Amino acid sequence: MEPEHQHKGVARHACGECCTRLENLGVSLDGRRVLEDVSLHLHCGELTTLVGPNGAGKSTLLRALLGEVPHTGAIHFLPVFGHGREDAPAIGYVPQQLEFDRFSPISVQDAFSCALSRWPVALGHRRRDRQTAQEALDAVEAGHLLGRKLGELSGGELQRVLLALSLTPVPNLLLLDEPVSGIDLPGRELFYRTVSDLRRRYDLSILMVSHDLAGVTAVSDRIVFLNRRIVCAGAPAEVIANREVRHTFGLDFNLSDRP
Amino acid sequence: MNTWHVLISLLPFEWAQFGFMRMALLAILIVSPLFALMGTLVVNNRMAFFSDAIGHASLTGVGLGVLLGMADPLWALVAFALALGFAIITLQRTTHAAFDTVISLSMSFSVAVGVVLLSHGGNFAKFSHYLIGDVLSITPAEVGRLLVTTVIVGTGLLCGYNRILLIGLNESLAGSRGLSAWWTQMLFCAGVVMVVTMNLSWVGILIVNSLLIVPAAGARNVARNARQYVFYAVGIALFSGVSGLLLSYYANTATGATIVLVAMACYVVTLGIKAARNRM
Repeated sequence: MEPEHQHKGVARHACGECCTRLENLGVSLDGRRVLEDVSLHLHCGELTTLVGPNGAGKSTLLRALLGEVPHTGAIHFLPVFGHGREDAPAIGYVPQQLEFDRFSPISVQDAFSCALSRWPVALGHRRRDRQTAQEALDAVEAGHLLGRKLGELSGGELQRVLLALSLTPVPNLLLLDEPVSGIDLPGRELFYRTVSDLRRRYDLSILMVSHDLAGVTAVSDRIVFLNRRIVCAGAPAEVIANREVRHTFGLDFNLSDRP
Repeated sequence: MNTWHVLISLLPFEWAQFGFMRMALLAILIVSPLFALMGTLVVNNRMAFFSDAIGHASLTGVGLGVLLGMADPLWALVAFALALGFAIITLQRTTHAAFDTVISLSMSFSVAVGVVLLSHGGNFAKFSHYLIGDVLSITPAEVGRLLVTTVIVGTGLLCGYNRILLIGLNESLAGSRGLSAWWTQMLFCAGVVMVVTMNLSWVGILIVNSLLIVPAAGARNVARNARQYVFYAVGIALFSGVSGLLLSYYANTATGATIVLVAMACYVVTLGIKAARNRM
């Protein structure tokens, strides 16, 4: 992707130093403690994957980062050399399964223009917006989807379009909420490959929620096992070895030393 | 204004010779595109029921205006509808109650209050023109007011079109791009209130919402992107507006309702086109 077309966050290589820092983060929803005492550093150029059982608070953590739910504790965004702003980092977000009206007459190009441009899509698109969308889609191997209606895309196609959208302009922090659930295997591999390339190409931190432990170990720099609080965090190999993780994901049943 | 009258009266039709028809035609040409443009957003953001409630709430607004002894209850109506719209959105956002229930509650409340206020003393029939509307009695001053509303709300809609559409698509996605759903929704609500209330006197409370919803719903059946969506909606609104006016002239029926019927016919046609496309 050429950096010239970016509006703000210019594509740049990871400095490896700026990070998002969560300190003793806690969230209560309807009087129920959903997350507590979560302290986490997300470094740029790193892909951190969040795993854990259902109801562990993984999506809630993303929503707290997005500012959608109130939280205790602190979230700091630490810029280095003036990249971004401490109070408001640019956040890219790919929702779990975009819930939207599939009959909406909104094309992929419309979605890009809505998010990036003030020129009303009701009056068509400016050439610059077209070009931006095309380049962003090309970067995730989805260039052919530009003119398609959003509601007609397959699950994998939609996720790639949303990824392209979340990367335009390149954010400081990219949040992916179970981006591959409901996508076939080739689609998953393509998605992981694309995400894995991103962290090398841009100066951004990626936080991905996933159920697909087998799929993410190869691409993650760090895995965090969350169950209301952080149970274990570290390099993929370390986390895989953890007893509770093995139990939750049923890994022990595959051990060859079983009677 | 004079040029308009002179130009239209040159048309070789009987109706073109009447000043009230020329005024009605002008009013319809002014507001139809606005209704269509706003309707595309109302339908896409699933607010059809909301705008319906705003229309019905106007009954209370009229009642309050009469109670306060206003000669023209328009501003009481605007104020009440605004307050109710903001209340609905606030309630829905803070209590996370089901949107349709909140709307239904507030609609029941405001219709009941309106009927009680207006029926006091047994004079409800005096206000029945608010229910049906009368485009043929529209005055040049009212047309001027419609023009001002259309320009202001239309400009606001175009400026906010992308944001409103994105929020309607998915709020979290819009939120991650720094859009505040609350503010956008409040402003949009104010726009809906202005359009609905300013047009009540000629369309009537009962069907004002149809003018918003039907053209957009029809356009949705055939459009493949946002530009086609708006283009078709404006087309349907203008076509049904003008032909509805003329039909109502020859058939001697209420204009607002006749327009809605023509728009409904257009909707059925788009359904047919959609079905034919799917079969191909």
